[in-house]
Amino acid sequence: FQVGLLVSVKRFFLFLFEIRVKPDKSGVVTDGVKHSMNPFCEIAVEEAVKLKEKKLIKEVVAVSCGPQQAQETIRTALAMGADRGIHVQVAGKDYENLGPLQVSKIMAALAKKEEAQLVILGKQAIDDDCNQTGQMTAALLDWPQGTFASEVSFEGDKLKVVREIDGGLETITINTPAVVTADLRLNTPRYATLPNIMKAKKKKIAIMKPEDLGVDITSRVEVLRVDEPPQREAGVKVETVQDLVGKLKDSGLV
Amino acid sequence: MWCGVSAALWPVRCRSFLLQCRNICSGNVGRKSVVDGVLPSFRSVCGEDGVSLSEAIREQHGKDESVHKCCPPDVVVFPRSVDEVSALAKICHMHCLPIIPFGTGTGLEGGVGAMKGGVCFSLRNMDQVLDLHVEDFDVTVEPGVTRKALNSYLRDTGLWFPVDPGADASLCGMAATSASGTNAVRYGTMRENIMNLEVVLADGTIINTAGKGRRPRYDWPDETSQSRKENAGYNLTNLFVGSEGTLGIITKTTLRLYGIPEAVVSAVCSFPSVQAAVDSTVQILQSGVPIARIEFLDDVMIDACNRFSSLSYPVTPTLFLEFHGSERSLEEQVNTSEEITQCNGGSDFQWAKDEETRSRLWKARHDAWYAALALRPGCKAYATDVCVPLSMLPQIIVETKEDLIANKLTGPIAGHVGDGNFHCLMVLDPNDPDELQRVHLFTERLARRALAMSGTCTGEHGVGLGKRALLVEEMGAQAIQVMQSLKETLDPKNLMNPGKVLQ
Repeated sequence: FQVGLLVSVKRFFLFLFEIRVKPDKSGVVTDGVKHSMNPFCEIAVEEAVKLKEKKLIKEVVAVSCGPQQAQETIRTALAMGADRGIHVQVAGKDYENLGPLQVSKIMAALAKKEEAQLVILGKQAIDDDCNQTGQMTAALLDWPQGTFASEVSFEGDKLKVVREIDGGLETITINTPAVVTADLRLNTPRYATLPNIMKAKKKKIAIMKPEDLGVDITSRVEVLRVDEPPQREAGVKVETVQDLVGKLKDSGLV
Repeated sequence: MWCGVSAALWPVRCRSFLLQCRNICSGNVGRKSVVDGVLPSFRSVCGEDGVSLSEAIREQHGKDESVHKCCPPDVVVFPRSVDEVSALAKICHMHCLPIIPFGTGTGLEGGVGAMKGGVCFSLRNMDQVLDLHVEDFDVTVEPGVTRKALNSYLRDTGLWFPVDPGADASLCGMAATSASGTNAVRYGTMRENIMNLEVVLADGTIINTAGKGRRPRYDWPDETSQSRKENAGYNLTNLFVGSEGTLGIITKTTLRLYGIPEAVVSAVCSFPSVQAAVDSTVQILQSGVPIARIEFLDDVMIDACNRFSSLSYPVTPTLFLEFHGSERSLEEQVNTSEEITQCNGGSDFQWAKDEETRSRLWKARHDAWYAALALRPGCKAYATDVCVPLSMLPQIIVETKEDLIANKLTGPIAGHVGDGNFHCLMVLDPNDPDELQRVHLFTERLARRALAMSGTCTGEHGVGLGKRALLVEEMGAQAIQVMQSLKETLDPKNLMNPGKVLQ
């Protein structure tokens, strides 16, 4: 059973680094911050490559939407084992306003164009925590979806997905073509090794624009303001229980 | 010096081994008023937020992960750049205040205790990864960057920094203690992997031990031998590596990086005796297998691990091996090693390539510390650390085990046999003074046993507070005298981490 697979990757700050809000509160500081692939996207790529190694998938295509630097993220996916990449160019203000709806329209268009049978994404991106792109993509394509996947396997031509839900684990069987979003425990992504990074340089990345896919990326959402969470204030020590009760009453908590 | 100590003083010294700080640290009124006097200057250097007198913060910065009691400094400062470190050092120098550098507090020999009070320089706000040169395989980092943080940063480049002491320690701190780890047998310790250091001396002078911005090659432990070498002047870099904060504050370190291994294979093998396990190790090394990790667990430790992790390894000396390389070279490495172990009576050789099975195979080794603690719930653990030439390893382990049994001590053994380095994880009840004393005496006997076999009293943890007397025995009076002279030259007022390494 040989299918083609699209995996979507997003580029954001390396998860270790502290995020600072810009003084004009229009967004976060991006200059000079180390960028890397979204951790959940790494897990998605790893799953795609694993499926290919098991010979269940014919080809893995890594897709990223963004400015020139998005190609670095695609190269990392190629170094992990993807076969080729597609870079959908979105830059400047358009990129700042690019949200899940626009990306899912692009993914849906690409899935049809590439005749993919499986689309894998990370469950959410660590910048906006939206957790929407996978679901919207499935809806636009009218495909079944297996989200928050912690296990994915083929059963004949159906897909068995074990999902992490609040109550525990839910196992579902869905038809293909399908959309899957990767949760944390799906796998442990491999590191890109130097020889694979070198090989990845020779793999192809096709470049296109949203218009080429017939997608309109105007955003219907406008960011008004970005604020940091309130700074933690120092606590106050009180001498007696009466003081404590008094303070609780004063602040309206009791 | 130590020879002059009479037997009558031994109980005193034993108690003081673990309770050393109490008398020395308790308030020096004169020094406190000096500290109060310099607080405004400190604040003008690193800002209001950069100076802390709170009890909680001072206590956090007065202890590490050893059994030595907490010895808080008088004040903790948080410089943000090397210029701030230098300015603060100048102030301390002028007022004769002790300076204690602090990275992550993950040390194991009490190196951060403020024996004479003073100023703790917490370097965690200097956390930048600078100057990564992927094609030259080097990177420069500040003290706030830890080992795991650096490897995460490097993940997309295909490079990593392999020295792995277990804890997620500050890399500059690892430089200061010349840390080592489980894969030293292949990749070397910190000493072999540091190309340059930026150090602030006791009087605030900033130096670069190999010249500013330079990244010279010394000799590489593996196959890539670049020809651009530099050999100019005295080797200052290696003077500061391992100086444990007694000669200067390390504010930058330039590290050698390696390519992430293409594939990893882990293996486990049981042996009928310690000798058989060590013989196999020696032969594997001699046959040129570039083994990455080779860890030894004795029967007590394996038994503890079996119980803790519900495993069923045979309860005999066991080796855990790890191989790094390309797919093809791994096959050869594993086959050669398997043959060697069989020739030495090894059995139950299991190996695995995929992550999950490898983790399962190595689980025993990874959980060794907790498995040891689980042998006696409610107790604490202290890891001894000695290193001997490989040929002496079976003898010292056998003698050590006899010592443990004779003294009714719990001390499962785990070791990095590739380097002749092993640890007894002493599980002890901190509230039992008799046991504390027996453990202390045992540790000293162990260190002296190692010294008698041409070994060293510390394989990787450093000298810190507890091994100063042993250092004297190991080095001999003349070498210690030279060390003392160097210390007096670089730090005549003895402000840099007083009370550590040298007496």
